[in-house]
Amino acid sequence: MGLALLCIIWLITFVSTYFFAAKTWWLPKGVATAAAGIDRQFTVTYLLMGIVFVLAQCALGYLVWKYRETGGRRKVIYSHGNTKLEVLWTTLTAILFIGLNLVGSPIWAAERFEPAKAGSVPVEVTGMQFAWYFRYPGPDGKFGATKPELIDPSTGNEGAIGLDTDDAASKDDLIGGVMYLPVNREVDLRLRAIDVIHSFFVPSFRFKQDAVPGLIVHMHFTPTEVGDYEIACAELCGLGHYKMHGMVKVVSQEDFDKWIASREAEKQ
Amino acid sequence: MATTHTIHEHAAPQGFIRKYVFSLDHKVIGLQYYFLALSAVFVGMFLSLLMRIHLIWPNASLPLIGAIKPETYLALLTMHGTIMVFFVLTTAPQSGFGNYFLPIQIGAPDMAFPVLNMLSFWTTLLAYIVMLAAFFVSGGAPLHGWTGYAPLSALPNAGPGEQLGADLWITSIALFCVASLMGALNFITTVLDLRAKGMTLMRMPLTVWSWFVTAILGLLAFGVLLSAGILLLLDRNVGTSFYVPLVVVNGQMMGHKGGSPLLWQHLFWFFGHPEVYIAILPGMGVASQLLSTFSRKPIFGYRAMVYAIMGIGLLGFMVWGHHMFMSGMSPYSAFAFSLMTMSIGVPSAIKTFNWLGTLWGGKIRLYTPMLFAIGFVSLFVSGGLSGPFLAQPVLDIPLHDTYFVVGHFHLIMGVAAIFGIFGATYYWFPKMFARMMNETLGRWHFVLTFIGTYCIFMPMHYLGMAGQTRRYSQFTEVAYQHHLIPLQTFMTYAAFVTIAAQFIFVFNLFWSMKKGPKASDNPWEATTLEWTTATPPPHDNFGGHTPVVHHGPYEYSVPGAPRDFTMQSDPATAPAH
Repeated sequence: MGLALLCIIWLITFVSTYFFAAKTWWLPKGVATAAAGIDRQFTVTYLLMGIVFVLAQCALGYLVWKYRETGGRRKVIYSHGNTKLEVLWTTLTAILFIGLNLVGSPIWAAERFEPAKAGSVPVEVTGMQFAWYFRYPGPDGKFGATKPELIDPSTGNEGAIGLDTDDAASKDDLIGGVMYLPVNREVDLRLRAIDVIHSFFVPSFRFKQDAVPGLIVHMHFTPTEVGDYEIACAELCGLGHYKMHGMVKVVSQEDFDKWIASREAEKQ
Repeated sequence: MATTHTIHEHAAPQGFIRKYVFSLDHKVIGLQYYFLALSAVFVGMFLSLLMRIHLIWPNASLPLIGAIKPETYLALLTMHGTIMVFFVLTTAPQSGFGNYFLPIQIGAPDMAFPVLNMLSFWTTLLAYIVMLAAFFVSGGAPLHGWTGYAPLSALPNAGPGEQLGADLWITSIALFCVASLMGALNFITTVLDLRAKGMTLMRMPLTVWSWFVTAILGLLAFGVLLSAGILLLLDRNVGTSFYVPLVVVNGQMMGHKGGSPLLWQHLFWFFGHPEVYIAILPGMGVASQLLSTFSRKPIFGYRAMVYAIMGIGLLGFMVWGHHMFMSGMSPYSAFAFSLMTMSIGVPSAIKTFNWLGTLWGGKIRLYTPMLFAIGFVSLFVSGGLSGPFLAQPVLDIPLHDTYFVVGHFHLIMGVAAIFGIFGATYYWFPKMFARMMNETLGRWHFVLTFIGTYCIFMPMHYLGMAGQTRRYSQFTEVAYQHHLIPLQTFMTYAAFVTIAAQFIFVFNLFWSMKKGPKASDNPWEATTLEWTTATPPPHDNFGGHTPVVHHGPYEYSVPGAPRDFTMQSDPATAPAH
């Protein structure tokens, strides 16, 4: 049984590690400025934890096999422990874990402590059961007022988020079900939810943030490659959670301007 | 101390009802808890099987059950999580084995408050019945997940199951909290007041230490969940707005104003994080006890192990915010929560190194309980090492609410804790039922479960890295998740095998009760007090006398001793350790 146990533990360890190392399933390609830092931190953590994982599991398998009872007259090592060793591994793990934490902290700070820079593209995202709506403030650069009592999804996009059409600032607001973004420009995101909690998750941007009713959460990110990227809701929001899905179309600045202009023209 | 004992002595009851049903005997109550948990684990496992079937064959129509709809999937998920966390992982290791063996291991005739103990069990049973009733009311069981995030859980029209089913779900949890508070008080008082002469704190078995610290966690955590649950019931039924701001569901204004959805998350996780230690600490105690016993060696670094249990318990209360990095909570607080969370890695690593140190140089007897203890260590390492990913807010951005989290907590608080329960069952079965369990069946059960659970839960980490969101009833709606379906299929097949293997265990358990070979009083040649008394232990545990303790809990292979185990109550011939 000792040898069998060693084989099982080692086999599980090597097979698990193989799929991590071979990156058979891995993070999707990162296409936002934050991705490089997050991915680097991920790789560092993954290498360190991987080494500890392999060493600890191999040691476990080896010790179980090596010190199994065999009927020989080998004497058991009578020991209550070793204070020096305890201090050593306590110190080492404290340095490892706390160090890892400190190394990763600046990335978080850059993501979440600073507001969006001037000149970024303002977009409001509203989550509701089970759809995402995207609003652009139009030429005036101001989002018009919304009112909960005006919310009525059956009357189209404006009704869905409860846009107050009497507000002058709302006249040029553009609302749609697909998110258009210009490439390489920072996005100034306003995140809202009107019923329950949703979570705006774009794996390719390494971006995730809950949309909470009663709160307006401000976030920012910068997509770096033209293309279509999927949004998946990442917070359980009801029976349609699995299909609360949206698209981000990252386009050139030129195409973005054209798209805005054509939408404004439609609105007139 | 002697006077305290006489106060709590009560005569052995004679009638069936007082002896086995409304019993005051901690051993009977322990078994009642154990069998409640055994029934719950099969319910929870069956629900998970239905979920796994639905994930890969979403249109399958099952006999008796029919087709599973997306909302049914979410109800299964909610009930699976709730039943497993409360009625299995909290009930079996702490209330079950703790009740049975804590008093015996410290040399006490019973728990400090036997009536409270009985009440606590019956309240738990009531909670369990109320929980199961949620399946059968109109609308069915709630779909808000075991974490019950408001406003989803607070609004009856937010989804199917959010009407009466959700009220029953909250009521059940509130009842469970009351029961756990009673149990926690009892455990703490018993450890502090009823230890036998010579049973100093630093001579207590590590199982007792872990039950003791778990009880303290329970006392501090369940009160908060109870209050939070009552507020949620008020929001749902009386029109208060603790958790619900002004919201519009299906175009309808809900009449709430000014509540905070994050308040529920703070209160829930203030309970919820200590809860994962409530589930795993007793398993750590059992693993320590078993590794030392079957290695025929003292536990490596006993004092460090005790301090590590306390450290985990203390830090466990300061880290709840790591569940909320993406919630909209202040990003500055993430620094503190992250640092505290990473610090828990330190006492956890101490425990792992000490377990390996215990094996080193031992004479390892690979009986079934020991196999599960070794499996526990392996799973604890695997599940633990994904923690430092999730503890870092930057890595939580891609990983939060993906299958990576599901893999992480299933390995460490699910499977590792269950391995603790299995190890404890195989280890203490001879004392509880005076017979031995079958070793061959035990080995098969271990090997299939060990490999099977790794096959189910290790791939979840890969899925999570690839961005597969959790709590999705189907993966067909999001294009980037399509290529992950074959891996999900593999996991479902692994689940079939693993679940089938559990019937080996149940058969072994009940068959051995009747037909297993008779057990001696100390079949494992162990040292703690439960092995000094008769099998099964008499009503007052030690047959009229109170043991006196002269030794530490894990004195194996003492040089110069006549045999390779020195029991705690053996006379102090050599200087006591």
